Amino acid sequence: MKEKKTIVLAGNPNVGKSTIFNQLTGRNQHTGNWTGKTVEISEGICETEHGIFRIIDLPGTYSLYSRSPEEEIARNYLMGEDFDSVMVICDGTCLERNLNLVFQVMEICPSVMVCINLMDEAEKKGIRIQLEKLEELLDVPVIGISAHSRSSVEKCRKFLETAGKQKNCLIPAKDIRTRMKEAEAVCRQVVSAQPYPDQRDRKLDRIFTSRKTGFPVMFLLVVFILWMTIFGANGFSDFLLTVNFWAGEKLKIILEQMDLPRWFCGLTADGIFRVTGWVVSVMLPPMLIFFPLFSLLEDFGYLPRAAYNMDRPLECCKACGKQALTMCMGLGCNAAGITGCRIIDSPRERIIAVLTNVFMPCNGRFPTILMVISIFFTSGAVWKSSLIPAVCLTALIIFAAALTLLVSRILSETLLKGVPSFFVLELPPYRKPQIGKVILHSVRDRVLFVLMRAVMAAAPAGALIWILANVKENGSSLLAVCTEFFEPLGQVMGLDGVIFTAFLLGFPANEIVMPIIIMAYLAQGAIGNVTGLEEIREILLSNGWNLQTAVSFLIFSIAHWPCAASAAAVRRETGKISWMILSCLLPAVTGFVLCSLINILLEII
Amino acid sequence: MCIKIRLSEMEPDSQGRISEIIMEEKKERRLLDLGFTEGTKITCIGESFFGSPKAYRIRGAVIALRTSDAGKIYVEMEEKE
Repeated sequence: MKEKKTIVLAGNPNVGKSTIFNQLTGRNQHTGNWTGKTVEISEGICETEHGIFRIIDLPGTYSLYSRSPEEEIARNYLMGEDFDSVMVICDGTCLERNLNLVFQVMEICPSVMVCINLMDEAEKKGIRIQLEKLEELLDVPVIGISAHSRSSVEKCRKFLETAGKQKNCLIPAKDIRTRMKEAEAVCRQVVSAQPYPDQRDRKLDRIFTSRKTGFPVMFLLVVFILWMTIFGANGFSDFLLTVNFWAGEKLKIILEQMDLPRWFCGLTADGIFRVTGWVVSVMLPPMLIFFPLFSLLEDFGYLPRAAYNMDRPLECCKACGKQALTMCMGLGCNAAGITGCRIIDSPRERIIAVLTNVFMPCNGRFPTILMVISIFFTSGAVWKSSLIPAVCLTALIIFAAALTLLVSRILSETLLKGVPSFFVLELPPYRKPQIGKVILHSVRDRVLFVLMRAVMAAAPAGALIWILANVKENGSSLLAVCTEFFEPLGQVMGLDGVIFTAFLLGFPANEIVMPIIIMAYLAQGAIGNVTGLEEIREILLSNGWNLQTAVSFLIFSIAHWPCAASAAAVRRETGKISWMILSCLLPAVTGFVLCSLINILLEII
Repeated sequence: MCIKIRLSEMEPDSQGRISEIIMEEKKERRLLDLGFTEGTKITCIGESFFGSPKAYRIRGAVIALRTSDAGKIYVEMEEKE
């Protein structure tokens, strides 16, 4: 019979707790090189030769007494729950500060183990730690590991088996200043370091964060990522679209041969299959490139630097600098960005970040936006040279960021009044991304997750659209009735009824906006054999689109309402339906006002 | 002789020691937990495009603080590195 034990993992933020947790338990907590990545307690099981261990991963904390939400979670767990041992994970490159938490845990827990992670990184920086000596001084078991190496995982498992065997006396509680002095004293004895261990980081920081190069480099990075995304996705997308339409045709023929009712064939083949196929074709290729690239940057440690560069404007808007991080995440998926807002401590600033996140165009909107950009702004040359659309898209993202700032400012002047809270941002050391792992994880955890969600939304939406387009009343379809109803509203905004209806029906997932528009224009309840950009261009132009429509469309695609998943995330994160309703109204009103203003302006000119 | 200035006034690449933190208790506690205790060596390692925040190295970690917050921390300056 194997013994069962519960081990709690504690530690400063960004010391690799989640990495260790994943490796011990085989779970897939998302990891990234920035502070505050883990915001909840997670649990997993690790089975070794001699025991079964329940592993609890606490959120990262600098201390147990600062009263930020995650520290309260960690402290309450350590004081109130039943467990056998606490493993405090420390960063080998920054041991002195980490020891503070070790001492604090030793004050309240009778069985403590210390695991020094990132030993490889410390070694590279010329930092040596004498583990035996540290063990002697602290009088608790200590190991040193590098969480990414296989042998370390084994070592860590072995270490777990010693859990709880050795009890330490609770050490008396002391003042933080005394504790820091003690930490210094311990480190003086066990750590030997070269005078400037972080030279490489500082050199990189000079490129990524300095006054002169910080912003240009950030701009170039965004352009580069988008360019790679567009460039790489083009051919693949076209190919998928062609395959998809071919398969759709075949499916319809097969269904018809089976003597199924006509409406059923149409609903399945033209409605559900085509819309779903479209969504997969236009979404999958860009996501396959964008998400891994983004994860690489995240792993490298760039995201906190982006927040560092962007902080001042956010401070002026009385928002939290970490909002820049959630905005970046919003570029991938708004629902993820909204959930990520948990890293913001102040409730006021968190709600601002949650409400404004949808202004950042997410991956699901990229393909539609790109199509319009390439048709109207780069004279269709897109598919050949992808650099120009990438720059256009970057400009649009900058516009979206400016809009986010403006709305944040308005919110903090009106509904969410207050002063900016205390802002501390840790800039972690740059780390060489684990390329293979990052790609695997981002494809498995992010791409497939987002894609599945989009497909789940697209299939019923496809059916609904087909029904709307094919159920006739007094000779005109329900879709036509809808678009006619919204025509005046669309006209005011420089759009038309079809586009407005498409955005409305796109509520389950933004990806289906373009297919709906095309279906409605063709008025046949199917996307038809539209495979290339040229055909889409023809359809749009013959239905009265011009440059003005395109501008309004782009603005409205940035500011309309959140998709269903994002709205649900707002509800979950704020706990109130009223905030969710506001999160829908806010961008919708903003978009309506902006589009109408531009429309009026262009009319006058 | 030591000159006492605000942390926010530190020039990049200059070094000093924390001498005093004048902030409400909750914020001060947070800084203490990050190792901002009196007498600790601190180096300003850079400023961002807008001049705020600035990044400081303290106890082997790099922490960025806004001017408004760093202005409430006082440091005793040493000679340049």
